[in-house]
Amino acid sequence: MAFTHLRELVELAQSRGVKISRVMLDVEMDQSGATENEIFDKMSYQFDVMEEAVRKGTNEPVQSRSGITGGDGYRMYEYVKKGRSFIDGAALSAMAYALSVSEVNSAMGRIVATPTAGSAGILPGVLVSVLDSGRYKREDIVMSLMTAAAIGLVIANSASISGAAGGCQAEVGSATAMAAGALVELADGTPEQVTHAVGLALKNSLGLVCDPVAGLVEIPCIVRNGLHSITALAAADMALAGVRSIIPPDEVIAAMYRIGNELPLSLRETGIGGLAGTPTGKAIRERVFGRASGTDVPTPTAGVRACQTRAVGVRDTSMPEDHTAKTKAELGETHKLDGTQQKTREGQTTV
Amino acid sequence: MKYNGMFEIIGPVMVGPSSSHTAGALRIGQIARQLLGIEPEYVTFQLFGSFAETYQGHGTDLALIAGVLGLTTDDDDVRRADELAVERGLEYQFTKGSGGQYHPNTVAINISGGDRAVRLIASSLGGGKAEVQELEGLPLRFSAEIPTLILYHQDRNGFLAKVSQLLDNAGYNIARLALERWRRGGDAITVCEVDGPLKSDICEVMRSSIPGLKELRVLDAGF
Repeated sequence: MAFTHLRELVELAQSRGVKISRVMLDVEMDQSGATENEIFDKMSYQFDVMEEAVRKGTNEPVQSRSGITGGDGYRMYEYVKKGRSFIDGAALSAMAYALSVSEVNSAMGRIVATPTAGSAGILPGVLVSVLDSGRYKREDIVMSLMTAAAIGLVIANSASISGAAGGCQAEVGSATAMAAGALVELADGTPEQVTHAVGLALKNSLGLVCDPVAGLVEIPCIVRNGLHSITALAAADMALAGVRSIIPPDEVIAAMYRIGNELPLSLRETGIGGLAGTPTGKAIRERVFGRASGTDVPTPTAGVRACQTRAVGVRDTSMPEDHTAKTKAELGETHKLDGTQQKTREGQTTV
Repeated sequence: MKYNGMFEIIGPVMVGPSSSHTAGALRIGQIARQLLGIEPEYVTFQLFGSFAETYQGHGTDLALIAGVLGLTTDDDDVRRADELAVERGLEYQFTKGSGGQYHPNTVAINISGGDRAVRLIASSLGGGKAEVQELEGLPLRFSAEIPTLILYHQDRNGFLAKVSQLLDNAGYNIARLALERWRRGGDAITVCEVDGPLKSDICEVMRSSIPGLKELRVLDAGF
């Protein structure tokens, strides 16, 4: 990769007098061997999928597969239309869109991971609302996704974009930073301003833990996508106004990485601590999966029980603890999924 | 460098709900399928860390099975992969593992079909990216993001020289290369990543002209 820090990205753009999206596009051509048009068309397709998910969740209420969340994107969109909101309607529609995409995601619908599925609402949210404003051309918005990709690559390679590794700050935080940077470039901000937007947005996401209720990408993921789309818009405006991130953006990313490493396991996508560990969070888990798990202290027995209730493929669950090569013959008789077990599975995932 | 391309960050296009637990898990399943090289009949998944704690909510189990069945990340059928497995005669088993110094989203897979069996340990790094950590117990790391050759062979003088010579003659650039063996002169596995799409004729050439080559698998990034 031609760049590993935002600082290098800015230097590359400045020395050539081009935007960050152009630097990213050239690097991608070099790495993949694909032509400029092929890469642009693929990115344009990704934006089509994003827009499709936005419209799906605002035209009608989308319910998650578990049934515990849904319809908030539609609810917000209808509210925006009334025109009596505290914040500007365009900003609020970005939020409605972000909620919608996250709801489509939790319904196992089609989305684009930006950078992850858990944070897939933010970029489409702000960029489709910007498209709706009519102030920017679709091609320019597609190019701004390349700016977002460049920022995401720096964060992914020098920190993390995995909630299990770095907490929610690594997912929603990264997406917010990427969206803020993309918006600044779209508004003709300088490459340096782009990185300050990243620094500002990421600072406001530091420490965000990954504590999904019942381990589902719903509570609080959906709401966080919605609210952080507003953060992205605000950070972009701050950077365009000339506000700087006094802690250099690369150092903010490094701080995010360190914070992620220091987070306890219970707050890193295990569905154990934080909101997942509240009485209501636990009750929801029990309601969805029909059993009490995700306790404060994960015990081997809880794990064994989980495997027994969930061993849909076979009756014999006495898999050896150590990972050793076992062929079908060595494992002995196995049993195919039958109708009864099928029903159990459905019962577990339906409220 | 963990992430190399733009579409690892803006992408993949996938069915939800989690890039690491659904899309990344599916890719691991796909890699296992391609490593086996024939239709799988039986597979066990041992889940570690966050995979073990939250797999049901994220559909990690469905995604792993979907990948083993050869589905893509944006296929609507991912959500009914368990039914598809029954239809296609694939038996599977999930267990929970503990210990091991792995990435939080890790799965150990034993997959078999016909007279072949493969075991691997792989992690989902986030954003849908997958990485194999161990193959047959050997510390071989690869992501299958670009065309990857897996060569099962005997450890002997000149093996790598022959591989690189054939690839060079055919116009391929080697992007990454790793060889691990059980003992000197014994069985070995080489992982070789190349730039550009691989044509099938190079595989035939390699099979027929590399002494000591026992098996050759191609991981095609275009899944």
